[in-house]
Amino acid sequence: MLDWPILSTVTFLPLIGVVLILLTSGKEESAARNARWVALWTTLFTFVISLFIWINFDNNTAAFQFVEKSSWLGNNINYHMGVDGISMLFIILTTFLMPLCILASWEAINVRVREYMIAFLVMETLMIGVFCALDMVLFYLFFEAGLIPMFLIIGIWGGGRRVYASFKFFLYTLIGSVLMLVAMITMYFIAGTTDIPTLIGFNFDPHLQLWLWLAFFASFAVKVPMWPVHTWLPDAHVQAPTAGSVILAGVLLKMGGYGFLRFSIPMFPEGSEYFTPLVFALSVIAIIYTSLVALVQKDMKKLIAYSSVAHMGFITIGIFTFTQQGLEGGILQMISHGIVSGALFLCVGVVYDRLHTREISRYGGLVNRMPRYALIFLIFTMATIGLPGTSGFVGEFLILVGAYQVNTTVAFFATIGVILGAAYSLWLYRRVVFGELVKDDLKNIMDVGRREILIFTPLVLVAFWIGIYPEPFLDVMHASVINLMDQHETAMQASKSILNAAK
Amino acid sequence: MVLPDFSIALPEIFLACVAMALLMVGAYRGNKATSLISWLSVLSFIIAGLLVQFDGYTTVTTFDGLYRDDAYGVFMKTLCLGASAFAIIMSIDFNKREKLVRFEFPILIVIATLGMMVMISANDLMTMYMGIELMSLSLYVTAAFKRDSVRSTEAGLKYFVLGALSSGMLLYGVSLIYGFTGTTNFDVLAGLFTGEKEEAGLGLLIGMVFMIAGLAFKVSAVPFHMWSPDVYEGVPTPVTAFFAAAPKVAAIALFLRVFVTPFGELVDQWQQIIVFVSIASMILGAFAAINQKNIKRLMAYSSIGHIGYALVGLAAGTEEGVRGVLIYMSIYVVMNIGTFACILSMRHRDGMVEDISELAGLSKSQPWMAFFFLIFMFSLAGIPPLAGFFGKFYIFIAAVNAGLIPLAVIGLVTSVVGAYYYLRIVKIIYFDDPAEGFEPTTRTQSVIMTASGLFIAFFVIFPGPLLDGAQAAAAVLFP
Repeated sequence: MLDWPILSTVTFLPLIGVVLILLTSGKEESAARNARWVALWTTLFTFVISLFIWINFDNNTAAFQFVEKSSWLGNNINYHMGVDGISMLFIILTTFLMPLCILASWEAINVRVREYMIAFLVMETLMIGVFCALDMVLFYLFFEAGLIPMFLIIGIWGGGRRVYASFKFFLYTLIGSVLMLVAMITMYFIAGTTDIPTLIGFNFDPHLQLWLWLAFFASFAVKVPMWPVHTWLPDAHVQAPTAGSVILAGVLLKMGGYGFLRFSIPMFPEGSEYFTPLVFALSVIAIIYTSLVALVQKDMKKLIAYSSVAHMGFITIGIFTFTQQGLEGGILQMISHGIVSGALFLCVGVVYDRLHTREISRYGGLVNRMPRYALIFLIFTMATIGLPGTSGFVGEFLILVGAYQVNTTVAFFATIGVILGAAYSLWLYRRVVFGELVKDDLKNIMDVGRREILIFTPLVLVAFWIGIYPEPFLDVMHASVINLMDQHETAMQASKSILNAAK
Repeated sequence: MVLPDFSIALPEIFLACVAMALLMVGAYRGNKATSLISWLSVLSFIIAGLLVQFDGYTTVTTFDGLYRDDAYGVFMKTLCLGASAFAIIMSIDFNKREKLVRFEFPILIVIATLGMMVMISANDLMTMYMGIELMSLSLYVTAAFKRDSVRSTEAGLKYFVLGALSSGMLLYGVSLIYGFTGTTNFDVLAGLFTGEKEEAGLGLLIGMVFMIAGLAFKVSAVPFHMWSPDVYEGVPTPVTAFFAAAPKVAAIALFLRVFVTPFGELVDQWQQIIVFVSIASMILGAFAAINQKNIKRLMAYSSIGHIGYALVGLAAGTEEGVRGVLIYMSIYVVMNIGTFACILSMRHRDGMVEDISELAGLSKSQPWMAFFFLIFMFSLAGIPPLAGFFGKFYIFIAAVNAGLIPLAVIGLVTSVVGAYYYLRIVKIIYFDDPAEGFEPTTRTQSVIMTASGLFIAFFVIFPGPLLDGAQAAAAVLFP
């Protein structure tokens, strides 16, 4: 344990970068250069500091660690921060992806660079805050506030239909969230506190739990996103700048999954149990349907966006199995998907920067001119398929093991999804990288440069690390996941005995 | 003969004297003295504000129970005085540029503010009516202030006719209440309904409905909102800025006082009316604003919606609800002042513009103004971590605690619809290609913009003073 408030430090450190960028003035070009460097150093520094959270993290306890608490709004609404085995890795994921996003935007973003970097740094603060918050109001604050910078990122620096995409993103997410806010207020009214650890131990009336669960589900299902409320995601992904897509796929989607783990399952065990078939059904539909949709896409980013929906379907299945394998697989898959899908969007970004099109048919035969790029793209294609030895495999395998214990039908359909996943990913790779190099403008295309290799190297390393030796990641989760399962088990036992007594 | 205790009404007496003295200054020095008179009015607001603070937080009545002073009054009066002071400050530059310099303008605002303070301190239906009329009559004149403009005079006339109608309804309600209870004093009225759960009786009920109608007109709540888009659009912008803030606060303050103190026990009887009014206002405010092209008109619909949210707190009828309304109105006033400081800065070389499309690309030509505009819009939409979110949050806490969950859900859903048109402004400012740039903002306008913008942005860090103040003020109404 550390004796300084490391979570607040990591959370608000990026804001110092914002202040520094605001202080730098000067001509357009020098200001842009300064903004880039300040943003890069801030995010790198934040990442290094955030590693101290992991280093000092105690794997043996399920309790919240690095807890900070001070009064804020009064009446049992406090500024309460802390992490456990479930949330800690998401913080590292966020701080890890941010410097790469800044690097990926280094040359791609040329207009309003200062504002862009400010938006990203603010975004980082809000994302880390979501995973640290141990108070519902604080959580909601970070959760919702993230809409503002993302709205601007898509709307200002996005592609042709950016306005439509940004509005859709904002309003979809907002409508889900306000329902969650009503549920939060109701919980506050009943329990008298918005403190998350207290609420986890609070037994809500089983009937009420169903309504509360649905209200939270409305928010998280949009965020994950689950079928049929996923339609904002392809639009947002396609129109967002590359780094925006990375953040969307890498971190924002994980907030939904994290929300299930932090709120829905521990606070409403009966609601979760009751609605598990619904979640399974929606997830299976998402996996099969969006995989099929992904097969016919003509736009690279859209294809990867749909594949994200499918992968998130796996994750929700894993979470709602309530088994250790399923839960750990779900969390690990979220981390892995954050890395891999982020990397795939960066891969698209590489060719988009050169040709300014994302249409698959405009490419082909890139392996001839870009061998290094072909290798990188191959690695992440394999990782997204879930080839053993890559990060995608471990998570997917654990999820399927968990699902098989609970419901073989679900496991069966999910496995079909794996096959479909291989189909669309390999076919995308085949169309873009292999084949004849016939297009004229591809004949002079440059291979990945030094900056791009710098971006991809850490991603490749982590993808293999999780794939080959996932122990360090899983060790972090064990205690918290087992605790979560125990709580769920006890709650279910208790409600059963009440039912029996009633009979 | 024993004289009543004048010291309780000291701030009001002071303002009345100041208004008369300034009128004399104006009469002798003419329009040359306008800027002096404006600043003196602001100074007098500051002094009156201090007097209000010193006057004390204890509940006292005077003039044979006609007049009351308490912590609730202190809170609301401070808010009104602040809003009026900013309205005057914002008008100075504008009136100079538009050649509207007339010394009567600040004086009228002082008199209107005096009316507001009387309304807030009213402890009797007669005092209430006097306050309302003093405020309203001054407002009618300010509305038609740009007397060479057809739009402005039309707006003034419209406002006057409809306002007189609503005053009539209010007065009719008052007379019914007097007829069926035999008193106009709030405390006596409150005493009639305590103890046994007493039915209001049909006559009294109709009286209350008429009062609600009259007050709903003053706060421009649906279905008595029709005047406000036209008036907002027609009158000169600083007058709109003034209308949107202080009079609304005073009317809401009176609304709360009347329905919580004398009729508090009859909450079951009036609650459904308020629920209806607030739902209708929220929905209309959200949907009708979507297609507006004129920013002032849009702000009118926005303020109808916001009044709907504030009334949710009244519908709850609890101390928490009142507290929520106080927090909401305070934040609303700051957001409005900030937004109107931005709107007042929308001017080309050849004059003011009010079309939303003129804002296109503002983020490039004036990044700071654009940024504050963004903050105000997201705050009006109620997106955390900006102050507007906390206003809504406390209102809806009160609604849920009072068992009005459907009301809370409707309110939050309409806030999503409302978010759309606020986002549209942000879109025009940030996503669209630049139009012709505006003239640089004047210094006063930027100071006001910055100050209110910072308040909105950093309220999340220091919410304590406002929350505690509202708590103390709300507690007074529930002895």
